[in-house]
Amino acid sequence: MESVVKQKVLALNGDEAVAYAAKQSDVDVVAAYPVTPQTIIVEKFSEYVANGEVETEFVCVESEHSAMTACLTASATGARTFTATAAPGLALMHEMLFVASGCRAPVVMAVANRALSAPINIHGDHSDTMAERDSGWIQIYAENSQEAYDSVVQAFRIAENMEVLLPVIVGLDGFTLSHTLENVHGLPDGVVRKFVGNRQFPLVTSHEGKAVPFKLDTEKPITIGPLALQNYYFEFKRQQEDGMTNALKIIRQVHKEYAQISGRQYGDGLLEPYNLEDAEIAVICLGSTAGTVKTVVNDLRAEGVKAGLLRIRTFRPLPVEGIIKALQNVKAVAVMDRSMSFGGHGGPVFHEVRHVLYDVSEHPYVVNYIYGLGGRDTGPSQIREIYEDLQRILQTQRVEKPVQYVGLRE
Amino acid sequence: MTTQEKGWKEIPPAGVCWKPSTEYLTGDWKTYKPVRDLEKCTRCLLCVIFCPDGAIHWNGEKEDIEFDYDFCKGCGICANECPTEAIEMKLE
Repeated sequence: MESVVKQKVLALNGDEAVAYAAKQSDVDVVAAYPVTPQTIIVEKFSEYVANGEVETEFVCVESEHSAMTACLTASATGARTFTATAAPGLALMHEMLFVASGCRAPVVMAVANRALSAPINIHGDHSDTMAERDSGWIQIYAENSQEAYDSVVQAFRIAENMEVLLPVIVGLDGFTLSHTLENVHGLPDGVVRKFVGNRQFPLVTSHEGKAVPFKLDTEKPITIGPLALQNYYFEFKRQQEDGMTNALKIIRQVHKEYAQISGRQYGDGLLEPYNLEDAEIAVICLGSTAGTVKTVVNDLRAEGVKAGLLRIRTFRPLPVEGIIKALQNVKAVAVMDRSMSFGGHGGPVFHEVRHVLYDVSEHPYVVNYIYGLGGRDTGPSQIREIYEDLQRILQTQRVEKPVQYVGLRE
Repeated sequence: MTTQEKGWKEIPPAGVCWKPSTEYLTGDWKTYKPVRDLEKCTRCLLCVIFCPDGAIHWNGEKEDIEFDYDFCKGCGICANECPTEAIEMKLE
């Protein structure tokens, strides 16, 4: 592409890539509390602040609950706001996550995905963000550090879009991405600054009957997020759903525009299919595991097996139509879940993919594999076994166990 | 709820108030209503100062206080603070 900008190759781990993206995105306020495996992000960012490399107000808070409160309220005043956290920190933010989305505060937050206690475990899985899937936040999962960088830059444009106005989580697998050094292509500062632009504000009718920008401004006062009871609360929640619907379109648009300057794209920004066109069997997963699955798909293809992968990059909003279309020729699907929904018959991604396919008249077999909890490694041989299971299902036309565990000792 | 209420496409986002608070009559929240004994009341105006909703006014023409029951939520602070116990909270 002619418009692709020349970029520096940087040696960064996922956390540093995220901090670098936030540094370039003209962020006004960062309020954060350190927690493994996210700590490097805010440590690095605080260095930028201390060195005068950014004009960001860095607020050191006493907890993640306060971090999210500071972020959403700063965002309500019109500030571009960023934070980062991981499992226990995200869990402590739980209440304020709903307040942020309810206040339509376009906060961008990186989550270095980590297991939830107990027992204590600091390593990667998706238990933390899956527990927040209904909090009204957009969720984007990166496959590698490059994508974590790209996604954070895009996230500001998505969150702040006036048709969306919803906070965004960019997930990167703890340690696998957060602490692993990779080559990351960084756009020039000016290019990112221009891409993210300035925040725009829709006009709203104030209590004085005036059309004023949607932000807290003492000169043009409005009230955000006060009491709404039986007669209006429901309507405000319906508006949030509308923001999610619009996000499906805006994420694709922003992703496409970014691809034109960066030369990088991840499917359509929502879903990344890999060798799916003629695939008979396919795996669905999120995050860094997709890299391993792609290797296995390459091996299987070399052996003549029609194997494919569908990586869900955007989990919220769930790209329903895209999933249906991507899987239309697939006969058997294995959904990989890196978290558990205890007592829920499989993991959350499995639930949702199966639910989406209910509306398709001839849907494929859909089975679930729980894997990688607490950072347990999932290697190519284990993924290959999943594809072999799918082949067996097609041969026998029978599913013996709809939900299985990968690499678990009996 | 009722047909007069606006739909979700018609209202601003995030609960932004499109009417001033003077148009939300909160007086119907109350269970107990302050009733004044005119004999006991010395017009000291402590109740006017203490009322958290500004629902007790001094009427200069009448030279007396007035309860604004459209906004009185029936909290009973006035009755509690009244030095002459001139205000009684009565079930509505």
